[in-house]
Amino acid sequence: MVVGAVGLIRLPDFYTRAHASGKCDTLGEGMMLIGFILYEGMTLISVKLLLLALFIFISSPTAVHALVNVAHSRGVKPWKKGDERQ
Amino acid sequence: MIDIFLASGIILILTIFLCLYRVVFGPGVENRLIAVNTVGTKTIILLVIIGFIYERPIFLDISIVYAMINFIATLAIAKYLRRGSIS
Repeated sequence: MVVGAVGLIRLPDFYTRAHASGKCDTLGEGMMLIGFILYEGMTLISVKLLLLALFIFISSPTAVHALVNVAHSRGVKPWKKGDERQ
Repeated sequence: MIDIFLASGIILILTIFLCLYRVVFGPGVENRLIAVNTVGTKTIILLVIIGFIYERPIFLDISIVYAMINFIATLAIAKYLRRGSIS
């Protein structure tokens, strides 16, 4: 999570930022929720946590994909080495 | 046990402020959108942590609903940006 946020700030270009924050968030959330499941044990709450983790594993990458797709269609150029920071 | 959740919640809040920097200063609409999406996913985890701190399982239902709303909102904005209208 923290690395995703730092990547969101330091990386030079939209695509690199989307790549960093999308991946780190999805996996970070999944691992945290699995940690909560282990802490909670076998109760109804851990079932809800599992459903939330599954939903986020599916929805978060899809949302980031949709955003990057829109950015590409709107003409955002990928950053090359030597360009100034966007 | 509570203070571990408290510490992780505070760290999450600090990372949300990091993302808010990109929301404000992002060069284009897309950067802001990615930052808002990141803030949304972080608040889901924050809600779960608050639910664990106050021992109230209702917060999990709220975070599930918030995850869905965040997903649909991101898709709606993406469709608006691409098509110019949501309908």
